[in-house]
Amino acid sequence: MKHYSAFAVAREALRYHTGWERAWRSPEPKKKYDVIIVGAGGHGLATAYYLGKNYGIQNVAVIEKGWLGGGNTGRNTTIIRSNYLQDPSAALYEKARSLYEDLSQDLNYNVMFSPRGVIMLAQTQHEIRGYQRTAHANALQGVKTEWITPERVKELVPIINLDGPRYPVLGGLWQERGGTARHDAVAWGYARACSAMGMDIIQQCEVTGVRQDNGRVVGVDTTKGAIDCEKLGIVVAGHSGQLAEMAGFRLPLEAVALQALVSEPIKPCMDVVVMANTVHGYMSQSDKGEMVIGGGTDAYNNFTQRGSFHHIEETVRALVETFPMISRLKMLRQWGGIVDMTGDRSPILSKTPLQGCFINAGWGTGGFKAIPGSGWGMAQLMATGHSPLTEAFTLERFKEGRFIDESVAAGVAH
Amino acid sequence: MLILNCPYCGVDVEETELAAGGEAHLKRFGPGASDDEFHDYLFMRENPKGVHFERWRHVNGCGKWFHAARATDTLEVFGTYSAQTTEPPKEIREAITAKRPGWTWREFE
Repeated sequence: MKHYSAFAVAREALRYHTGWERAWRSPEPKKKYDVIIVGAGGHGLATAYYLGKNYGIQNVAVIEKGWLGGGNTGRNTTIIRSNYLQDPSAALYEKARSLYEDLSQDLNYNVMFSPRGVIMLAQTQHEIRGYQRTAHANALQGVKTEWITPERVKELVPIINLDGPRYPVLGGLWQERGGTARHDAVAWGYARACSAMGMDIIQQCEVTGVRQDNGRVVGVDTTKGAIDCEKLGIVVAGHSGQLAEMAGFRLPLEAVALQALVSEPIKPCMDVVVMANTVHGYMSQSDKGEMVIGGGTDAYNNFTQRGSFHHIEETVRALVETFPMISRLKMLRQWGGIVDMTGDRSPILSKTPLQGCFINAGWGTGGFKAIPGSGWGMAQLMATGHSPLTEAFTLERFKEGRFIDESVAAGVAH
Repeated sequence: MLILNCPYCGVDVEETELAAGGEAHLKRFGPGASDDEFHDYLFMRENPKGVHFERWRHVNGCGKWFHAARATDTLEVFGTYSAQTTEPPKEIREAITAKRPGWTWREFE
């Protein structure tokens, strides 16, 4: 892999950019790998990367049905934060957020991490109490957040309307080092680094079966033939249930559609991320100037990767009251992604009933922010059999009654 | 927008007039059940990419619960039927079979 640097840009400029090489190889699968990861989204690629980097396991294949980063990795609203209430979540998301800080240097790929700050607006009395509680919990967890007044919110977001009749702004939970990153670049950066370690990223290759022998995973059947492996990681978000069925177990997940939309580009007007959870609306301004808006989920099972207009209407109606200046913006695009929701709205990073097979799923509506931490913990779990980051997120926690209940903590999808 | 026919009112209603109630035909477990049964009842749901049976409530209408047979991969609706049953009626199953031969779901109780 050729190193990316300012010098490399200058060198290529002098020779008409003829020296750039492909960021990753597209090899045919080998007969056997130590580890196969199914799913080349952010979480899958990060898992492969940290397996190689932290544990020296480099005989790894990442298998992808579609194209790399083409699922939820490329469909989210790119928000990064770690202001969670429960200790296991705060630990995992803060690990991820701290890894994002120098991810560009680590991967030698500009993921455009922008720690511009994230405000979660409190718009009801209930939210005031909830966010103050979260701020106190974060202080104990070592996550830097603070409760801020409406006046401070106005300082940070001049375009906001504090005293809307239906959704007034009563304060906010402010995380200064939260922000955004370029979601595609996160997948591409990990993919390039994985490929440079000699790992095979195999796109357009669908897993059609999980082969097992005596309760242990021995490989997968794919549209490019059978491939053997010692260990298997299933990291496929919305289609986790289908993969689990092939592996012979069930998951407590339901797939629903989550949608987002983006406006025409306008001049810079908001340099922080604002989340309004009461109304299921999130907004930030991209580097291109578009207002990126995240909406709510459908209430019913859905695999169509489409949104529905009445959810857009709900989201935009509330945001227009809070940000009156966006009322005349045209929306450019709208899209949906399939998110896999657990009962307690926390992910599953766990061993499975099938030996040697691990699952990373259930990120629901908040997976992008967790990519580096999820990969870090998942790699540790797969390499050593135990990870302090993932130990609370087992598949058995539902039966044991040890929920990591972020649905109550956040009050909404997060 | 999803449009379902309320079998009580007999009218086609839009999604905004309805509340989704999750998987239909669950068998309930309570005191005396095993841990596995109770766990499955509370948390395990069918999550098919295809034919699915669901509970819906005509919340901004008659207020009654009913059932719908729907495809999660195309949003196609095969039909709706009364909630006073533990399994889909024959005509609903036949309507599904006509469009999706060989479809399966979990066993009905």
